[in-house]
Amino acid sequence: MSSTPPTPSGTPSGAPADSHWPLWEVFTQGGQGQPFSHAGSVHATDAEHAMQNARDVYARRGEAVNLWVVPSTAITASAPSDAGPFFDPGNDKAYRHPQFYKAPRGVKVL
Amino acid sequence: MSAAKSAVRSGGGHDEGDDVGVATGQAVAGTRSVAGTRGPVLGAPLFEYLLRLGDDRLILGHRLSEWCGHGPILEEDIATANMALDLIGQAASLLQLAGEAEGQGRDEDALAYFRDGVLFRNCLMVEQPNGDFGQTMMRQFLFDAFSVLQWEALAQVSHTGVAAIAAKSLKEAKYHLRHSSGWVVRLGDGTAESQARVQRALDSVWRFTGELFGRDAVDDAVAALGIPVDQAAMKSGWDAIVDEVLARATLVRPADGPMQRGGRTGRHTEHLGHLLATMQIVARSHPGARW
Repeated sequence: MSSTPPTPSGTPSGAPADSHWPLWEVFTQGGQGQPFSHAGSVHATDAEHAMQNARDVYARRGEAVNLWVVPSTAITASAPSDAGPFFDPGNDKAYRHPQFYKAPRGVKVL
Repeated sequence: MSAAKSAVRSGGGHDEGDDVGVATGQAVAGTRSVAGTRGPVLGAPLFEYLLRLGDDRLILGHRLSEWCGHGPILEEDIATANMALDLIGQAASLLQLAGEAEGQGRDEDALAYFRDGVLFRNCLMVEQPNGDFGQTMMRQFLFDAFSVLQWEALAQVSHTGVAAIAAKSLKEAKYHLRHSSGWVVRLGDGTAESQARVQRALDSVWRFTGELFGRDAVDDAVAALGIPVDQAAMKSGWDAIVDEVLARATLVRPADGPMQRGGRTGRHTEHLGHLLATMQIVARSHPGARW
């Protein structure tokens, strides 16, 4: 075991490690005034490169009017183990939801 | 128009001898044979001009499409294929217009798939093999810089068909230039290995750049038809873009040596025949097939 040189692109499971460029998360805005939503991720060397890759991968068919790219490392995510304490308490309290209001006519994006 | 046409056919009446024109009596006259062929005989100027515009995009688009499935990374594979599709789309519009100008009932598919090499009018640069990724991007950058300026000029002309295609294509070309110039800078100002490779690519493709700004009787004739383009102004604009990007890429601009040309009159390098064999085989094996 110790005679085997370490393989930088190998993992214990045998799957190749991600030896690509840094990962960026891509957010697309479908239309003016609409919220940005997460579209996926791309590999890129820098922000401008990430923007171009995001455009080519997620917006080449006219899906977006604006793009955000964010280094994946800049995102703090909740863990699956947080799901219970974070989200369960919200499920059984109807009074938390403003569901007794009517949306004004003409409002399309809410 | 008829005077212009006869000038093209006879190859006379143009100020040749500079380094950006076709040589006297060669090819343009249609009297000089190309090994084993009847030699190129140029058609009407507008038809010829639209073939030049369209064939540049068709052949470069095909070259880029060769990267499909072979890109260095998934994102770049998609980007390269995407640019190939843009270029082939531009070629389809231009060849359709060329077919209308010719008036022989040929559509863009007939012109793309049922024309032999000596009848293609693309510049030599775009038919050169891809080489490594850096070489492909360097060729792409040098062409994109030219293409943006060409579309900017053509978007202003009074020929409505050409101006409409130019306005649409300009947006695509600007994006291509942003992408390819980004790669030239990234590779040039990258590692010693990437810099050496991309400098070698620049040195090897440079001899094909002179042809981009050539002017001959076809250009003079279409100027009279409402498509005047100032090649000298385009060249100085191209020099500015190229110098700026090469400086950021820490690359050395090669000296202008002898320039290769001939594509505009159908005298191509051996690479075009191989490319066309691949590009045209399906259409020629199954003429009229639909799917």
